[in-house]
Amino acid sequence: MRGYLPPEYLVHIDHGKCRRCGNCVRNCAFGALQFEHGAWQQIMRIFQHGQDDLQQVFDKIKENVPDRVVADHHKCVQCHYCVTHCPEGAISVQPNPLAYRGNYHWQPHHLKNIWLQAETGGKLLTGAGNDKTYFSYFDHMVLDACQVTNPSIDPLREPMELRTYLGSRPDALEFESGPDGPVLKTKLAPAVRLETPLVFAGMSYGAVSLNAHKALAMAAKACGILMNTGEGGLHTDLYPYADWIMVQVASGRFGIDPDYLRRGVAVEIKIGQGAKPGIGGHLPGEKVDEEVSRTRMIPVGSDALSPAPHHDIYSIEDLSQLIYALKEATEYTKPVAVKIAAVHNVAAIASGIARAGADIITIDGFRGGTGATPLIIRDHVGIPIEMALAAVDDRLRQEGIRNRVSLVASGGIRHSGDVAKAIALGADAVAIGTAALIAMGCRLCQKCYTGNCNWGIATQKPELTARLDPERAAERLVNLIRGWSLELKEILGALGLNAVESLRGSRLRLRGIGLSESDLRVLGIKNAGVGA
Amino acid sequence: MREGMVRIPSGCAISGIISTKGIRFNGEAITRSIACMHERANGLGGGFVGYGIYPAYRDLYALHLMYETAQARTDTEEYLGRHFTVHQAEPIPTRKTAGVGEAPMLWRYFVWPKEESEDGADRDGDDYVTAFVMTVNGRIPGAFVFSSGRNMGVFKGVGFPADIARFFRLEEYEGYMWVSHGRFPTNTPGWWGGAHPLGILDWSVVHNGEVSSYGINKRYLEMFGYCLELQTDTEVIAYLFDLLHRRHGVPLDLVCRALTAPFWKDIDRYEERERAVYTALRRVYGSAMLNGPFSIIVAFNGTMLGLNDRIKLRPMVCGRKDHFILMGSEESALREAVGDLDAVWNIRAGERFIARLEEGVTV
Ligand code: SF4
Ligand code: SF4
Repeated sequence: MRGYLPPEYLVHIDHGKCRRCGNCVRNCAFGALQFEHGAWQQIMRIFQHGQDDLQQVFDKIKENVPDRVVADHHKCVQCHYCVTHCPEGAISVQPNPLAYRGNYHWQPHHLKNIWLQAETGGKLLTGAGNDKTYFSYFDHMVLDACQVTNPSIDPLREPMELRTYLGSRPDALEFESGPDGPVLKTKLAPAVRLETPLVFAGMSYGAVSLNAHKALAMAAKACGILMNTGEGGLHTDLYPYADWIMVQVASGRFGIDPDYLRRGVAVEIKIGQGAKPGIGGHLPGEKVDEEVSRTRMIPVGSDALSPAPHHDIYSIEDLSQLIYALKEATEYTKPVAVKIAAVHNVAAIASGIARAGADIITIDGFRGGTGATPLIIRDHVGIPIEMALAAVDDRLRQEGIRNRVSLVASGGIRHSGDVAKAIALGADAVAIGTAALIAMGCRLCQKCYTGNCNWGIATQKPELTARLDPERAAERLVNLIRGWSLELKEILGALGLNAVESLRGSRLRLRGIGLSESDLRVLGIKNAGVGA
Repeated sequence: MREGMVRIPSGCAISGIISTKGIRFNGEAITRSIACMHERANGLGGGFVGYGIYPAYRDLYALHLMYETAQARTDTEEYLGRHFTVHQAEPIPTRKTAGVGEAPMLWRYFVWPKEESEDGADRDGDDYVTAFVMTVNGRIPGAFVFSSGRNMGVFKGVGFPADIARFFRLEEYEGYMWVSHGRFPTNTPGWWGGAHPLGILDWSVVHNGEVSSYGINKRYLEMFGYCLELQTDTEVIAYLFDLLHRRHGVPLDLVCRALTAPFWKDIDRYEERERAVYTALRRVYGSAMLNGPFSIIVAFNGTMLGLNDRIKLRPMVCGRKDHFILMGSEESALREAVGDLDAVWNIRAGERFIARLEEGVTV
């Protein structure tokens, strides 16, 4: 039974161009494309309509009406894999133009979700980040530039510095004099060095393929930044890149042993995620093959369930205990990060986390991506990263503890402009997940939870993961990081700055356009047209 | 609109002279020097600071105040009398000068904090004076303390520097160190307190340029309880020196290195000790780093320090003549002050030059 749900997309095959190579049919993991025999089609029609004149069939066979590709539009998720790989450019995918009676309150997606639930009786799942039309604060903030009274700086001629350290800093330094000059007396807490203020967001092996994990690790090493294991453990193939890897400890405790903790350069406790604040994780047993099983340290084929909370963290003191347990386990040689979703009381929570001993706080806004989440949570829980970041940075400063932690912002960062704005709002660095996947080919089809990712990213099916060449994907990631870094240098130069720390938290260099008074107040910025 | 309500970018001239032997000389040399850079100012602000000018009151705090109303003076003097013993109170001597418009009432007081403060807190003199300055400037409308150190004084106002010098009769004062400033603000604040140098206790700062990192420098200082009333770069610079040097105890030379940090590409090449020092400085004091175009002279008791931005976007030159060390925006300004120089050199990008009184010299 088809159900009431109309197809979302219509696949059009230009049969004039198609040379019937069969690529698309073999490639579509969602089974949206099939070959149909010209004659066979006729036979089926005759049987269906009960005709007994077979002459037509014989004519077709005689005319040699060829096979053709036909689409089951219902199955298309617009992942573009067939479109991208068709040698003849014969495929196009369009949104189904089916008209709905205009109704501002009952939008087509509301109807479709109801039909789907009426058929399945389940909660709706989705992947990737919140795609709803919530207001984007990034798109209503603009950066400053120098004119006359201070010169802009040309990044092609002058040094332009993006190096960033993540970790806790003391408020002051002590020096003592030595024979050759001053010697640093203060012992600094461990920190990780980034050559550009970007890191890859936590994405687990399991949610994404091993090839995707490898590509992220290789790119992190090449760029001098970090990749983050997510909660699925660290595959042995990634050991050579461990100096550029932050290992994650999440509520399921998958793949964690002392060796895992010691191997990375930093450890992150994942409390929450912007795409599903307050929600745990569920990696279906089908995705738990031999390799995932070994890396996660769970039996093959068993569901990997991450509880919603950490069952040893029901309060801030408990978090502090885990932070120090991890510090003990790593002998105080690695910074410990805590990742939380941006929720209403994020400022107070972050301040508690800083006081609980974390060295880095990652805040993930409601646009942050995921491999799987209940749709209703993704689309309706959490707050924008811009607001959360501004509130946290303000609170930590009011309490005089901003130095104690580094802030990493994530959740819907689309380009270097968003990066620069996040830094000006107060972020030490920015984490990118979705953007990194897009660089590797992701089309934001939001079907990661099905395990059928045609691009070989969010899947464990060997025939699909083989499509992602880690070397080539890494190269694309390196290019992305390099491109954004070059753009950041341009932005700094235009601002008359030659080091990223001079932009960090410098809200004076941002202006709001079309924001309300209270938006401006929370963001701590002035309106466009208001001078310094 | 008054300074502090808006941020006003300015171009400027700066100049300073110190006799390293502590020999006192009158204000004419520094006036010639700054006047020579007339083009760099536009008549909307000029000022001077002289060190060693009040030997008779060497140990007392010399407070210079400007009042816009008689009420402001009454209120301030009442408050002053409660907390300080006032040894001498007098109008600052001035002369009518073409080019200097209407001046506020200008008074000076030589004072010492009373033993017991009202709250009984145990503080040293500097803390009393700082608290007094903050209170008057923040809470008494129309009153402004523009100088508060010992055996030194700031003289400043709206006008060209040479006219301000004549107005304040600087030829009648003798000091061992002088610093001056001519301002080219892009707005017309017309407020005397907005002129430079900026002084707090015996620290004074003059600056030419625009601190492009002002936004984060300000927020960084606020975290340590500083309240940036004037919204000027000079204020930020003064407070950064105060925080890093006085409160955190970072050696002066390293304070300069924190504010105009060496580039990572250079730090990476340093030997281990230096690399540790500078990596830590940049990690911990990154928000204090000054970015953008500037040259700065900071002066305090016996020391004059010149600092240039990381890529030298503003001029700054030093010279030596006998026992004089000079610094300024232009070489001509140094020559104008003392004639031919024995040596002259540029302060390189991101570098500092610190001139001190010779060992054993007291002033
Ligand atoms: S990939 Fe293109 S050319 Fe090949 S069968 Fe499909 S539509 Fe035809
Ligand atoms: S990772 Fe794959 S399944 Fe997920 S949104 Fe991207 S293309 Fe679709």
